[in-house]
Amino acid sequence: MTNASLWMKSEGPETDIVLSSRVRLARNLTDLPFPAQLGDRDGERLTARLKEAFDSLGAAWQLTYRPLSEISPIERQVLVEKHVVSPALIQEPVRFQGLVADPGESISIMVNEEDHLRTQIFLAGLQLTQAWHMANRLDDDLERSLNFAYDSEMGYLTACPTNVGTGLRASVMVHLPALVLTRQVQQLFHALAQIGVVVRGLYGEGTEVVGNLFQVSNQVSLGLTEEEFVHNLTVVAQEIVGRERHARQLLTQSHRLEVADRVGRAWGILTHARIISSDEALKLLSEVKLGQDLQFVKIPGHTTFSELALMTRPGYLMDRAGRELQSMERDELRATILREKLLATREDKEER
Amino acid sequence: MSESSTGPLSCQRCQQRPASVHFTRIVNGEKSDRYLCEECARQEGAFHFMLDPQFTVHNVLGGLIGQVPETVKLSTQVACPRCGYTYQQFAEAGRLGCDMCYQTFRPQLEPLVRRLQGATSHRGKIPARAGVKLRQQQALSELRERLRKAITAEAFEEAAKLRDTIRALEEETASTES
Repeated sequence: MTNASLWMKSEGPETDIVLSSRVRLARNLTDLPFPAQLGDRDGERLTARLKEAFDSLGAAWQLTYRPLSEISPIERQVLVEKHVVSPALIQEPVRFQGLVADPGESISIMVNEEDHLRTQIFLAGLQLTQAWHMANRLDDDLERSLNFAYDSEMGYLTACPTNVGTGLRASVMVHLPALVLTRQVQQLFHALAQIGVVVRGLYGEGTEVVGNLFQVSNQVSLGLTEEEFVHNLTVVAQEIVGRERHARQLLTQSHRLEVADRVGRAWGILTHARIISSDEALKLLSEVKLGQDLQFVKIPGHTTFSELALMTRPGYLMDRAGRELQSMERDELRATILREKLLATREDKEER
Repeated sequence: MSESSTGPLSCQRCQQRPASVHFTRIVNGEKSDRYLCEECARQEGAFHFMLDPQFTVHNVLGGLIGQVPETVKLSTQVACPRCGYTYQQFAEAGRLGCDMCYQTFRPQLEPLVRRLQGATSHRGKIPARAGVKLRQQQALSELRERLRKAITAEAFEEAAKLRDTIRALEEETASTES
């Protein structure tokens, strides 16, 4: 059965609001077509070269390569739910896509998504600089055995010109219930758009916003150094954290009872429902998380909000059941798991 | 683009089917309105995103990419010598075929990249492997720029010095390559 990724169980700076930091580097090998244009022979050549490069990485990285064809459809879905891979990587047809990851899934390299390689580092909380340093070191090590497509003027060359230059996208996953409740979030995002910062839903491009969770990232990848991009987004994230904290403070000062009521109702449903949809569960978990941050309720054991959120996802449930589940079966299993986790007493909390 | 509400207007392109799509195109600030049927709208190509369920970067990008300024409009038949990709294909897919496409379509790509990225010069990481040569090239282009300025300013003494430095570096570069 699948486990949560390391970052989901870890603490980091500002973890009450910033769930995770991610840095991704897009890279392509020179003299082979980009994935979408890759013929069978070139695809095999590319795979062979990449495998060799992954093998020659130091054992300290603890990375394992798996072709997507050897990963079951249910596990693929779980990997998307954990953000280890993007929805685009698992899109049919399965050709030369693959995944390199370490056991804690702090590091993942998507092979043949839109680019030949997309190296990602995931850390808990606001740790973009640390994530960039890790990504940079891994990139250096990969470069020892691979020739990356690079142009002295435009930098690293990517399939889509929106990623050219550094190939870097830095993003943070933020939980902003108070800014949503106080209706400040639209205004904030509008302001962010003006300074080249994009806000997306939970699973990136084209996905909807559920559970007050937002992915905030830099829009451009060219014209600044990696350190500057990472620094800028860190400053933006700190600003968002400040505003969310402020909104929470206002809420607890002027609407304490209403907030406590919302949290209590969410807790009531989550601990007593027998069937619950994934969106409803995530929405209510978001309220419970706010309640926990404001010390109205306490999630038992060490289970984090990120872990609970993962447990509500369809792929995770099917993986846990070991088979495909109908929607109603999932809603039932989801409700059962949530009751178990939220009503667990301190003695029978999970094995950790 | 929005659904037209003007009733049974016929398509301005095929003049046959009823127009069901109102298409506003703004090219270089010039606005044009067209009422088309879905079929013709699809064939005009610039806005498949409306007819697709997903609204992705690549669909939207397709519209941007299609707008090549007149001054750099080359034949859309130019194909990348390595992967055979044409600019037209890029405009449709929103993605390039291979790294050489960046050279093949440079005149069209540069304004596009400037629009997307707000910049055209990479200032970040230089791969160590390609690095030695690239750093020399970067130093050279910087020196040549200084030389050009020195000549413009009629600072011939400085220009002579710069010329010698450039020659030395060029020889060094040649020896690294061989």
